[in-house]
Amino acid sequence: MPSDDKRWRIVETRMRRLGSRPDALIEVLHSAQEAFGFLDDDALRFVSDSLRVPPSKVFGVATFYHHFTLKPHGEHTCVVCTGTACYINGADEILSSIKAGLDVKPRETTADGKLSLLTARCLGACSLAPVATVDGAVEGRVSSSDLVAKLAGL
Amino acid sequence: MSTQLTPILTRFWDDPRSWTLATYEKHDGYKALKKAVTMPPADLVQMTKDSGMRGRGGAGFPTGMKWGFLPPPDGGPRYLVVNADESEPGTCKDTPLMMAAPQLLIEGVVITSFAIGCNHAFIYLRGEVVHVYRRLMRAVEEAYAAGYLGKNILGSGFDLEVTVLAGAGAYICGEETALLDSLEGRRGQPRLKPPFPAVAGLYARPTVVNNVESIASVPAILLHGASWFAGMGTEKSTGFGIFSLSGHVANPGQYEAPLGITLRELLEMAGGMRDPNHKLKFWTPGGSSTPMFTDAHLDVPLDFESVAAAGSMLGTRALQIFDDTVSVVRAVSRWTDFYAHESCGKCTPCREGTFWLKQIMERLEHGNGSQDDIDKLLDICDNILFRSFCALGDASTSCITSAVQYFREEFEAGMHTSAAEMFPPAASTLFAKETVSA
Ligand SMILES: Cc1cc2nc3c(=O)[nH]c(=O)nc-3n(C[C@H](O)[C@H](O)[C@H](O)COP(=O)(O)O)c2cc1C
Ligand code: SF4
Ligand code: FES
Repeated sequence: MPSDDKRWRIVETRMRRLGSRPDALIEVLHSAQEAFGFLDDDALRFVSDSLRVPPSKVFGVATFYHHFTLKPHGEHTCVVCTGTACYINGADEILSSIKAGLDVKPRETTADGKLSLLTARCLGACSLAPVATVDGAVEGRVSSSDLVAKLAGL
Repeated sequence: MSTQLTPILTRFWDDPRSWTLATYEKHDGYKALKKAVTMPPADLVQMTKDSGMRGRGGAGFPTGMKWGFLPPPDGGPRYLVVNADESEPGTCKDTPLMMAAPQLLIEGVVITSFAIGCNHAFIYLRGEVVHVYRRLMRAVEEAYAAGYLGKNILGSGFDLEVTVLAGAGAYICGEETALLDSLEGRRGQPRLKPPFPAVAGLYARPTVVNNVESIASVPAILLHGASWFAGMGTEKSTGFGIFSLSGHVANPGQYEAPLGITLRELLEMAGGMRDPNHKLKFWTPGGSSTPMFTDAHLDVPLDFESVAAAGSMLGTRALQIFDDTVSVVRAVSRWTDFYAHESCGKCTPCREGTFWLKQIMERLEHGNGSQDDIDKLLDICDNILFRSFCALGDASTSCITSAVQYFREEFEAGMHTSAAEMFPPAASTLFAKETVSA
């Protein structure tokens, strides 16, 4: 294990439970990102060694899927949907209110490391547009002022 | 003008705790399975063929025929893979189905697996929907505990294991062969066909890939019979389907109706346009990948043949509705951005073409278009269409070519006036009256 950080244990247990099969790569990357919040070189190398998948393939998969991130996230995460239904229902305005209220743009983290802002292209809840998720919880028909207030209070 | 809704898959969604096994059993849950395990598997395949059901994942391939393509058993494993990737912009039917009635999908999975001789089924979910993942996992656990999954199901000697897997955010993983690569732990990029998944799919073994809604429809067909199903819808597009209405309608949501219903009828059920002062301007019959329609198409029957005859595709029945406050250039620019972002990069026409389409659409959206931009758009579309490796490339062109066909003057205006100036976005939004401190 790369260090004695307990979180490596979680990742290792998960790998063992999946039989350390090379085809479990995506699931393992999910658990590593869940444990650490992002995937750094140590994590990629550790996964590569443990599953016996070449580092190039691990890197290829980690960069192919939009969910995986190689950069650290803030303490909380807000994802604003900018899919079509949400876009025409004011996703733009939500993003500009967040920028105005909290000084953070999509794919950035606030200076105090509290909040990362992301966008998604349709969360599959278009009838609730505009949609955002805050720390994984889905909020439908959000108004920009409510959302900014909520994020500011995290 | 009297098509009625047909709540079948959606019939108990508003029950309290509709997602539990107990609620599902109250609504005939697993009755169909009890019947299935007493039948010869070939009869189940024949029943599905007789129902005429066509896949609900977009392409509309007959489901029973797909199952029939599997080679005869050779003793090795064969798989069922449920495509729960649902990422097509505007499509919101599989996700609510799995949230409200996960057991319905699981029962469909067991019956289908029994029919095709599969002992290990996979449900491939998109990575973003963590809430659905949790709910499905819980539902699978419940089904195992009740003996509907696992060894010797209902004493029939049939074993089935179900694995729920989550992707990690890539629209292309909804394409069935890309999905299979993703399931195998790789980058999700489409495979060359043939061989088709039925012959060499997951781990190069015979595999059936079906959409969530297709599989979830199987228990009802078994309970009520193939002719009951074929009695709904039209001759070649039988049965019912979930229509997702979104955008500028009073009551957006899922409407389950026979195929062949029209937008006019659906709109009436959904309370009409959101703001009666604004007219319907354009809409998609099947998500952003299908050419758009206008108010001239309100009476096109929404079945595979009629929609195709009118120049579009039924796709996933994702009806995104836009009123006359919306700039078509802006909407198309957004979609194009989506396709450029989601192009998997495997083939050149799509990878490069969507990149150029996006540049031009952005220019037009901001009123900076040049004289020959429209021709350039159409020329690039022509170079992508039917020349790319998978249907994502083709899909990226359909909103552009159809929008130019119906709203050319708006594209021309994009040479000097921005979309935001012509159609102030605030007029389209839900909370237009709210003020935002800059
Ligand atoms: C780019 C692309 C994305 C797709 N996304 C999905 C999807 O999210 N869900 C789905 O069921 N089918 C999707 N499909 C269609 C599948 O390839 C396949 O046709 C379908 O899963 C077959 O199921 P069915 O026969 O039950 O419709 C997609 C196809 C393409 C080309
Ligand atoms: S058409 Fe696009 S998505 Fe499909 S294989 Fe080519 S690059 Fe990938
Ligand atoms: S566009 Fe936002 S949920 Fe579909």
